Amino acid sequence: MNENLTILAIVLGILHSGIRLATPYLYASLGEMFGQRSGVLNLGVEGIMLLGAFFGFFATFQTGNPWLGFLAAMVVGALMGLLMAFISVTLKAEQGISGIGLYLFGLGASSLLFKTMLGTVEGVSGFAPLNFCLSSVGIDSSFCLSQVPIAGDIVFSHSVMTYIAYALVPISAWVLGRTTIGLKIKAVGQNPEAADSLGVSVDRTRYMTVTFGGLMAGIAGASLSISLLNIFQENMTNGLGFIAVALVYFGGWSPWGVLVGALLFSTVNALQLWAQVLGLNIPSDVAVMLPYLMTILALALPIRRAAQPAALTRPFTRGEN
Amino acid sequence: MTNDANLLPSGLPRIESMQMRDIVKRFPGVLANDHVNFDVNAGEIHALLGENGAGKSTLMKVLYGLYQPEEGEILLNGQVANIHSPTDAIEQGIGMIHQHFMLVDNLTVAQNVALGLKSSKGKGFVLDLDVVTARIRDLADKYGLYVDPEAIINRLSVGERQRVEIIKALYRGAALLILDEPTAVLTPQEVDEIFKIFRNMAAEGHALIFISHKLDEIFALTDRVTVLRDGRVVGDVLTADVTKNELANMMVGREVLMERHRVPMPVGEVRLKLEDVNAVNDREQPILRHISFAVRSGEILGVAGVSGNGQRALAEAIAGLQPVSEGRVEMDGRDVTNLSPSQMFEAGLSYIPEERMHDGVIKNFNVAENLVLQDHQFPPYSKGIFLNFGTIDSHADEMIREFDIKTPSKDTAVKNLSGGNIQKLILARELDRQPRFLIAAQPTRGVDIGATEYIHAQLLKQRSEGLATLLISEDLDEVMAMSDRIMVLFGGEIMGIVDSDQVTVQQLGLMMAGEKAEDVFAQKDLAAAGDT
Repeated sequence: MNENLTILAIVLGILHSGIRLATPYLYASLGEMFGQRSGVLNLGVEGIMLLGAFFGFFATFQTGNPWLGFLAAMVVGALMGLLMAFISVTLKAEQGISGIGLYLFGLGASSLLFKTMLGTVEGVSGFAPLNFCLSSVGIDSSFCLSQVPIAGDIVFSHSVMTYIAYALVPISAWVLGRTTIGLKIKAVGQNPEAADSLGVSVDRTRYMTVTFGGLMAGIAGASLSISLLNIFQENMTNGLGFIAVALVYFGGWSPWGVLVGALLFSTVNALQLWAQVLGLNIPSDVAVMLPYLMTILALALPIRRAAQPAALTRPFTRGEN
Repeated sequence: MTNDANLLPSGLPRIESMQMRDIVKRFPGVLANDHVNFDVNAGEIHALLGENGAGKSTLMKVLYGLYQPEEGEILLNGQVANIHSPTDAIEQGIGMIHQHFMLVDNLTVAQNVALGLKSSKGKGFVLDLDVVTARIRDLADKYGLYVDPEAIINRLSVGERQRVEIIKALYRGAALLILDEPTAVLTPQEVDEIFKIFRNMAAEGHALIFISHKLDEIFALTDRVTVLRDGRVVGDVLTADVTKNELANMMVGREVLMERHRVPMPVGEVRLKLEDVNAVNDREQPILRHISFAVRSGEILGVAGVSGNGQRALAEAIAGLQPVSEGRVEMDGRDVTNLSPSQMFEAGLSYIPEERMHDGVIKNFNVAENLVLQDHQFPPYSKGIFLNFGTIDSHADEMIREFDIKTPSKDTAVKNLSGGNIQKLILARELDRQPRFLIAAQPTRGVDIGATEYIHAQLLKQRSEGLATLLISEDLDEVMAMSDRIMVLFGGEIMGIVDSDQVTVQQLGLMMAGEKAEDVFAQKDLAAAGDT
């Protein structure tokens, strides 16, 4: 009897963490998906996330307002995205290598800024869980949706950043499928020559998606430092940005696919955390390797490749080809 | 009232006249257009004829805003027009049908048409495909361009894709259409159909520019011809006033032999034999189905078909580049199924691949190196692990002389040679080793008339010396003139193998569209019976 309750509690805990931990994946992967749909692979997501995490944290730390942190992370992320766009679209540099450069820059810069501007690990009170309380005038106690048994804690006890991340999934699908800009993005990633011949600016479209991808990666970083963990430490993303890139492949370049992938990976992550907490007899290193192992397996699946944008990583020059 | 007369069926104004005056366009080291004058009027189909590299495409890219000329001006309806990008061209009523389809394969017809439309025609940010679909249906009715707006492009036939390209241009209000070799991938029947549409468009008041190097098509379709050679206009004549030979001579700048002479030859022993060969692509879809045929010594077997119907897979299956999943390939009676390319090579196969820049040569290597690509590890070109540059160089000199390869020197990187001379180089390399069997895939595509003549002469010479040849070509005239027998491929299957002297272009066209030879010839017999 008692044992059953414990198991239930653990399962609920894993589901709660899974939904929560999907937040950074969703931001980073959805942003990266737009870039890749237009033909640009940005491997620098991890580096942008680290900078977003730092600036988001620092702005919140200084002002006490997490929304200012959110804004700071967006601006820094967008600037990094713009840099990547300049390197890959205007200078037409090899995308894989320049992305790794961007990552190393973000890693180094965020560590340096941390050492010179903070020095030690500090905490902030970032975005708090919303809990969705309905307080009625005159009645002292208020009822919160998060108190609903079972579903309440899983669904209604997250911060605003998590809800925004989930809301972005249908919005992204709508933009890709139902808007003129979505059509342009898909065309530019599939056949840039055709898009160009109809007067669609390949460069402008790619600048836009890559900058947006950077902005989203910045927010993804901040979601760690001012919503999930509320601290900043060096290299705190710990490979998450690379998994986010892999999730785009895993999700078959579709927002819904990305959502499924993000939830799957975050749940495995949560499982791994709980396994450590419960002191299960699995070496923690093995548990930590689990998501990365899954990434490699997911990428080896051949069925995904058909959906890959045909012009991914191929720079465009008018009149060639 | 006059207003109505000036409108096209699409509801947009006509371009009464377009003049390009003294256009000069330079590229590093090349004068692509040298003071070119060119004009076209509403209701007219004006051909632009010239060899590859004569400057046709450059001139049209200037008109469409893809290139900016160094000198000269463009006049539309007598007014100077500023065209700096495709967007400008589209806005002024100029449309272009490109040589290669400019379609996004995994999107629908309507999405392809909607791509890049100015927001006034859609609803701005939100994509309104219903409006686009309705207008496509409207245009399809007015011009006879039938195609399903909701179909995804990669499910359409090439003929349908070509119609989508035209709809795209008309949707954007094209009054003047540039047609850049629009028939390259069509069957003869599809060509007839699209020509009807072009004539209809001209009759309705569109101005059409038709780029081609196929003389037959120019006579079948156009009112006027301008011939370009080396970037200069060498003639602007009414099509009715010239003969085919005159046009060919203008284009090349000297007398051209239009007829090729293939003397009948007794055939010898079977050199290559395929028995029920099947193959699949990397997505496990069949690309060759039950292929069986034999080629004998002293015979050229032509392979006709619309591009992408298994020709490339067939060549590669024989050459050892495409695994054969079922069936048997024999050379000189020996089973050579699924041998590696180098083993096939040793067995006596020579292969002129379709993509010569990609599969035939190494662009950055020089002429001498490319001439010994396969043989460099054998004497006399090497000893042990060391290359013998003395023999490699003298071999190169000999080949350059013998095969008339025009190159500044044997040390010139191959990428700096013209298409025709690269093809001569490959021919020299593949024929010098006296092969037992030759696969020649598109040996004259993109090659000038002079080099084409030379390559054909070489192939016939080798035939008379007993070589067995498989000639794959999309140029039906070439297949018919060069081959003893013709095999037609459709969807990876053989539609029939026929004697080249006993088949017409129309019959080949039907087979290329997927009809079996038996059915095609049955129709002919029926028609003949009906006549009497």
